[in-house]
Amino acid sequence: MRKTANETGSEDMAKYSLRRLGMALVTLLVVASLTFLLMNSIPGGPWQSEKPLSASVIAALNEKYGLDKPVIVQLGKYLEHAVTGDLGVSFKMQKNRAVVDIILEMFPMSASIGFFALLWAILVGVPLGCIAAYKRGTWIDSLLRIVCTIGVSMPSFVIASLLLTTFAGSNEALRFFPTIFKASLGVKAYILPCFALGLYPMCYTARQARSSMLDSLGQDYIRTARAKGLKNWKIIFKHALRNALIPVITYLGPEIAYVLCGGFVVETVFSVPGLGRYFILSIQNRDYPVIMGTTIFLAAFIIIMNFLVDVLYNVVDPRIKLSGGGK
Amino acid sequence: MADRIKRIKFGSFQPNIENLLELTPEDFESASEEQKEGFIQDRKSTSYWQDAWRRLRQNTVAMVALGVIFLLILFAFVGPTLVPYGYEQFVKGSENLYPWHYSLEDQALIDAASGDVDQRLSAALEAAEKEKGSELTAIEKAQIKAKVKTEKFDVAEFKEEHNIHLKLFGYSKSELMRIEAGEKVFPHVFGTDGFGRDIMVRLMIGTRVSMLIGIFAALLVLLIGATYGSISGFMGGKVDTVMMRIVELIYSIPEMLVVLLISTALKTPLVNFQNTGNGFLQTMVGILGPNVISMFIAFGLMYWVTMARIIRGQILQIKEQEFVTAAKALGASSGRIIKKHLLPNCVGQIVVTTCLQIPSAIFLESFLSYLGVGVSAPMTSLGSMASDALGGVQTYGFRLVVPAVILSIMILSFNLFGDGLRDALDPRLKK
Repeated sequence: MRKTANETGSEDMAKYSLRRLGMALVTLLVVASLTFLLMNSIPGGPWQSEKPLSASVIAALNEKYGLDKPVIVQLGKYLEHAVTGDLGVSFKMQKNRAVVDIILEMFPMSASIGFFALLWAILVGVPLGCIAAYKRGTWIDSLLRIVCTIGVSMPSFVIASLLLTTFAGSNEALRFFPTIFKASLGVKAYILPCFALGLYPMCYTARQARSSMLDSLGQDYIRTARAKGLKNWKIIFKHALRNALIPVITYLGPEIAYVLCGGFVVETVFSVPGLGRYFILSIQNRDYPVIMGTTIFLAAFIIIMNFLVDVLYNVVDPRIKLSGGGK
Repeated sequence: MADRIKRIKFGSFQPNIENLLELTPEDFESASEEQKEGFIQDRKSTSYWQDAWRRLRQNTVAMVALGVIFLLILFAFVGPTLVPYGYEQFVKGSENLYPWHYSLEDQALIDAASGDVDQRLSAALEAAEKEKGSELTAIEKAQIKAKVKTEKFDVAEFKEEHNIHLKLFGYSKSELMRIEAGEKVFPHVFGTDGFGRDIMVRLMIGTRVSMLIGIFAALLVLLIGATYGSISGFMGGKVDTVMMRIVELIYSIPEMLVVLLISTALKTPLVNFQNTGNGFLQTMVGILGPNVISMFIAFGLMYWVTMARIIRGQILQIKEQEFVTAAKALGASSGRIIKKHLLPNCVGQIVVTTCLQIPSAIFLESFLSYLGVGVSAPMTSLGSMASDALGGVQTYGFRLVVPAVILSIMILSFNLFGDGLRDALDPRLKK
């Protein structure tokens, strides 16, 4: 019996998603192992302290915690624990507190700032890109291009610290925002960090949207729509935008990763009590279990998001060849 | 007839439409030696690079960016030889200078006027006594005392009154005195930091470090990516599939996290290694600092995948062409074909990708240095300077602004130049 095109499509889709999921899991495994091995290679075990322990005590401790086993066995143990949600305990910053608890406490703050940053980036970036494409070659286009090129050339810490000195600095007249982030202040506290974090993705989205919009404005169906006598805004936002959005979606994955990692700096500058700042603090304090746990958690989050974006991309645009490799 | 032949250049691909139908037998005569020579002189053959350079020159933005890069190179590499201060040198008595100063007389004026309360009080009492003509009562004295104490000395107003203006560049008091004595003192153009180190020299060195790291990281990426990509593309089949799977895997690892991780994890082993002896490698670690080395390792591990993908794509396109078959038929080895036939044919892409890799490497370096896991003291880079400045940002904002601006300009110009280069080398890609 011959299958209809639709059936083969959904079957391909399932196959592709499965393959992609497998890939994501392998990546996660690699990251987790890499993290473990790297952290394990640092000289000086966990029993190093001011009071040197006797060799027999260290041996006993190693035996108790399984540190006398080969590294590969230890790795297996760690991964086994990680899957069940046990990432060890912090041994410096918040002594003996479970890393998972710390992550769960800190992550919502980072996620909310990242979410709002990404939200404004897309809500502003896409229309700006459309306008630039529609007004191609005019001063509006050039201006937007200059602004966006500058925007993607400024590291987030530059933007963040410049904003901090200008709008929360010593100048009373411009002091609209708090120097230190306080969630209780509501919107006011969020504006600067979200702006700083979202500027790069915004400019990037705008550039992306511009080029894909230009592509789709040149298509035949746009000419048809124009010939039907549709209004310009309707052509742009109803006909062209739908297809122009597809490449923008592809970049959502990397942008989520960027926003989470860019959050390290922005959170540090604005003293936001989020996971990014905590990660940096743990690196500076060399609290290895926290570094490991946070890395694995963030990597898992980013990889899963990438996977979802990829699947979403295929749902949105069924024309995309599923069997091909990555992007 | 003769001048018509002159008008229609021999070998011209543009037919003269007016006279297309009026061909005479003379038109079919073979060209004279003179005409042939004229044709050869008419069209000088332009090489690939000449052509690209011509296109690049027409691109104003890219040329301006190139000019800025050139200026930055001068600033970073020639600058430190012109300034008499070292980047680690503590200039005594010149701590915390601003990039501006008051002249000595003005300073004396301000000091006198803003002096301690007692001085101002006695001055005010004297003035009031003179005005009244007799001795003041206790109540009046107390009133004046309270007034003087609560009255804040307004520096801005005072300066305006006495026509005191800021002058460019930072000098300490002792340096100003030395100038007065006829000595020549090099100004602290961007002021000094809390240890009395000249900020401009540090900026120059920082720019140099950032730039060198960017360029070498890009070259490292080029080396690994080009080798990997060309082998993968040339071999094809199962080898290609496996190699590209690995690339895909690395591509989906969040690199920022791993780079941070590698920088942290490798620091101690590298420091230990540095202390093992005095060999060449140990000295190298000592010069570069463990952080920079681990940064390069991270680059070598994570960032070559984009380059590998691009090269592989190019090789896949080229390798089916006849000249490759010919080389194969002549018995050239795979290595020779890749080196002599395939890679030179995708040189445009390679140059562009390498050039665009530089700003992203600078970006990452400044990011890491800002977080304190990049370039470490005594070396400095723009990122670590910005991070150092964050502590006193309320009073010394310029210490943050200047490196941030230089960094942004540097990344921006590399980006713009890379874009221009792409348009020039591969006009098909132009949007």
